[in-house]
Amino acid sequence: MAKDELMNYEKALEQFEVVIGLEVHVELNTNTKMFCGCRNEFGNEPNTNVCPICIGLPGSLPAVNKKAVESSIKIGLQLGCEIAPNGRFARKNYFYPDLAKNFQTSQFDEPIAFEGALDVEVPSGKVFTIQIERAHMEEDAGKLTHVGGSTGRIQGAEYSLVDYNRAGVPLVEIVTKPVYGAGAEAPELAAAYVRLIREIVKSMNVSDARMERGNVRCDANVSLRPHGQEKLGTRTETKNVNSLRSIERAVRYEIQRQAALLAKGVAITQETRHWHEDKGATSSGRPKSDADDYRYFPEPDLVPVQPSKAWIEEIRATLPENPADRRKRVQAEWGFADLEFRDVVNAGLLDQIEETVKAGAKPQAARKWWTGELARIANTQDQDVTDLEISGAYVAELAGLVEAGKINDRLAREVLTFVLAGEGSPAQVVAARGLEVVSDDGALIAAIEAALAKQPDVLDAIREGRMQAAGAVIGAVMQAMKGSADAGRVRELLIEMANK
Amino acid sequence: MSDLIRKSASEQAELLRTGQVSSVELTQAHLDRTAAVDGDVHSYLHVGPEAALAAAADIDRRRAAGEQLHQLAGLPIAVKDNLTTTDAPTTSGSKILEGWVPPYDATVVAKLRAAGMPILGKTNLDEFAMGSSTEFSAYGPSKNPWDLGRIPGGSGGGSSSVVASFQAPLAIGSDTGGSIRYPAFVTGTVGAKPTYGAVSRYGLIALASSLDQVGPVSRNVLDSALLQDVIAGHDPHDSTSLPESLGSMAEAAKKLDVKGMRIGVIKQLNGEGFAAGVSARFNESLQLLQQAGAEIVEVDCPSFEYAIAAYYLILPAEASSNLAKFDSVRFGLRVTPEGTPTIERVMAATREAGFGPEVKRRIILGTYALSSGYYDAYYGSAQKVRTLIQRDFDAAFAKADVLVSPTAPSVAFKFGEKLDDPLAMYLNDIATIPANLAGIPGIAVPNGLAEENMPSGIQFLAPAREDARLYQVGATLEKLHEDVWGKRMIDFAPELQEAR
Repeated sequence: MAKDELMNYEKALEQFEVVIGLEVHVELNTNTKMFCGCRNEFGNEPNTNVCPICIGLPGSLPAVNKKAVESSIKIGLQLGCEIAPNGRFARKNYFYPDLAKNFQTSQFDEPIAFEGALDVEVPSGKVFTIQIERAHMEEDAGKLTHVGGSTGRIQGAEYSLVDYNRAGVPLVEIVTKPVYGAGAEAPELAAAYVRLIREIVKSMNVSDARMERGNVRCDANVSLRPHGQEKLGTRTETKNVNSLRSIERAVRYEIQRQAALLAKGVAITQETRHWHEDKGATSSGRPKSDADDYRYFPEPDLVPVQPSKAWIEEIRATLPENPADRRKRVQAEWGFADLEFRDVVNAGLLDQIEETVKAGAKPQAARKWWTGELARIANTQDQDVTDLEISGAYVAELAGLVEAGKINDRLAREVLTFVLAGEGSPAQVVAARGLEVVSDDGALIAAIEAALAKQPDVLDAIREGRMQAAGAVIGAVMQAMKGSADAGRVRELLIEMANK
Repeated sequence: MSDLIRKSASEQAELLRTGQVSSVELTQAHLDRTAAVDGDVHSYLHVGPEAALAAAADIDRRRAAGEQLHQLAGLPIAVKDNLTTTDAPTTSGSKILEGWVPPYDATVVAKLRAAGMPILGKTNLDEFAMGSSTEFSAYGPSKNPWDLGRIPGGSGGGSSSVVASFQAPLAIGSDTGGSIRYPAFVTGTVGAKPTYGAVSRYGLIALASSLDQVGPVSRNVLDSALLQDVIAGHDPHDSTSLPESLGSMAEAAKKLDVKGMRIGVIKQLNGEGFAAGVSARFNESLQLLQQAGAEIVEVDCPSFEYAIAAYYLILPAEASSNLAKFDSVRFGLRVTPEGTPTIERVMAATREAGFGPEVKRRIILGTYALSSGYYDAYYGSAQKVRTLIQRDFDAAFAKADVLVSPTAPSVAFKFGEKLDDPLAMYLNDIATIPANLAGIPGIAVPNGLAEENMPSGIQFLAPAREDARLYQVGATLEKLHEDVWGKRMIDFAPELQEAR
């Protein structure tokens, strides 16, 4: 991969206006696939969740999964879209071995949902309104694994394996209109938008929304134009961006790459590009021109999807609070400062903190654990904090143990690692591993006396009001008791001893 | 030839019910006939004596045990080779599917099995049902039992010739533009295309999804009605299948009465362009119907002029997409070309070797018609014509209960006569195509001998869901004919030479 020349980011923004457009694919978590009765499940043996329909055998016909339609309508409504009274499926024709029928059953000019809008807040606190052009239903393709060759791509591979378990899994593709005016914050906006979409689909339980499993996938369109120019620049579409961090990085990279080319007078090629997380760079995929001819036509094997007004209203009544309202509500309830709250939102931790607070934790304690220690652990494991295997109830229990003085912060961190390793609830871990703090005065006094024997001046110092001198003894006691001492009690005992 | 197999399906079923013949005997008698004549006629692509006799024996056992059976139980049947069967190869007349045994039964096949009808074999057709003569079958043409030098009609020439030569009492066909009705016309047999959606298409290898319909083939009207009653009904696997039942066709076929029935003669499908003999027989039948109390009116369908043009855009467009799945990846033929076998080259080589000339012609036509920039002019305009034709029918059915025309312009042609002239071949379908474009039902009934002592036929059309009217008028005319001729139409056919 040849190294791209990049322009300094600030310089690029001085010279060009950034326009982005985002296409987000959401895999629905229905029990069965879009057009057949096969299980919609991740991680099974290849080609076990397949039937004549999803592998496109001659004679087979699709039948629409009503649950998938319902989930799509939910998404459309939560994006503020109109729901089409007469949504039609269409065939998108192209040959590729992961596409069983060599056409994708999708929607073209009559999508199920259209014309919505979403307010998206970026880390600076600024709010952008993103216009949603459409949300349409379609089926996922199978998964190809290219064996041999150096690139992992189909070109140069010795052979390729195809797994049709994913073929026919229901997808909703959400397409934005071009987004103008985000300027330097375009990368953050892209990531914040996808985060919000994840939040929306998770809150309605229509998708597992796990990016590392491809439940939510983003294609990011980026183009630049000189400030003041009306005509849009040539865009690239970066695919394969499978984490929020990657989205931000990929958009920033494309801005810098395109700026460098444009500054030299080189035209941008309209193409798909692939994001490489390891290299932190995009590379050229296939050229994609507007003349790409998918020969769309109405799917003759399916009748139009005609959701009744009554059904739509029934679904609307079941929708959870929309994310913007919810954010306002919980911030007030929890009493978080704007900056604290923004950190929570940016980490995608609203659900977790809400669950933790519901389980009895104080909001600030919940926030502290999730954005602090848990976020740190996730980071060292190169994981999203929201994907950690720990429930809000456990975090609340942990915070409760600390508050009750059963364990101290240091012990609590230790307990957390065992909880994450699957050893049970915090209370169970404390009991099983004997991690409770020692507040038995007899044991503490013995340890304090042992420490004082080495530092006899300390009691005098305390009597003279130099409390910092106590620290050395507390430290020594903690060390001697392998951290299980209740530091507060040690301090109290020391003062008592000094005043005797 | 045994007298048994000359009897109609309903007579044979009666013998089975009354225990005068066993299903094994009846099935064997038909298999013997096939052994004797099919070397010449070539109705079958596959004969399955073992499976048929096993199914027959099973029915005989169940009947002996006093089980309540379907009224056609034990009656053997032939099935067109574009319907999937788990116990016999299904090729759709194409090399690209040579030897393919599907893992699932078409819904229609499952219904036949559930009724206890042994399947004798799979009948020949033009490749993927594209043709009017079976000359485009990759496995060689079927012959017309009336004159082995002539075509048996197409695409279902296997099904028409198999009943006309007494190798089967009944057969299943499929009709996209006349593939059941035209073969019936040239072989002096009966064939019906039910209302679109009356019979499930699940397991029918699609030609043009919005036009295809499965239907019965037989030697008399009542037999087709009995068979339609077996195969019709809603199928959740086929989204386009009608939710409601259309009632009993057999009951309708027993109402030998046309008094007060308004029969509309389609102005555009009479006289000019139709052979003198075909027209003469047609006019004689109108007189018979009038004498029996029907009211003959004329109806005007001006848009029919464009029917063939529209049909030959819609059909290839849908077919080009339906046939994309034949790519060597999951089933069927695989051809690996010399040199580096990339997926594109393997797909291309397979399709080049596996598809015949008519299939390629239509794939190219359809791909072109759907191409960006041409879509509106071709596919779009064709859909508009389709709407106009539906309106013509609506207007005509306001004046008449059923419509009538000769089924086709002229009697069976000789092999090779039209092979190099696709347009002349397409004109055979001029009278049958409008019904498919409008989704309405049609029946072809024998109508006496015309030019060169070959059979001709008459077609009745009814509004969607009014299939029963066709069986009533068809059976009545059939009875009037028998009264005039003193015997059944099929009894005029010359004896075939039986091989020893």
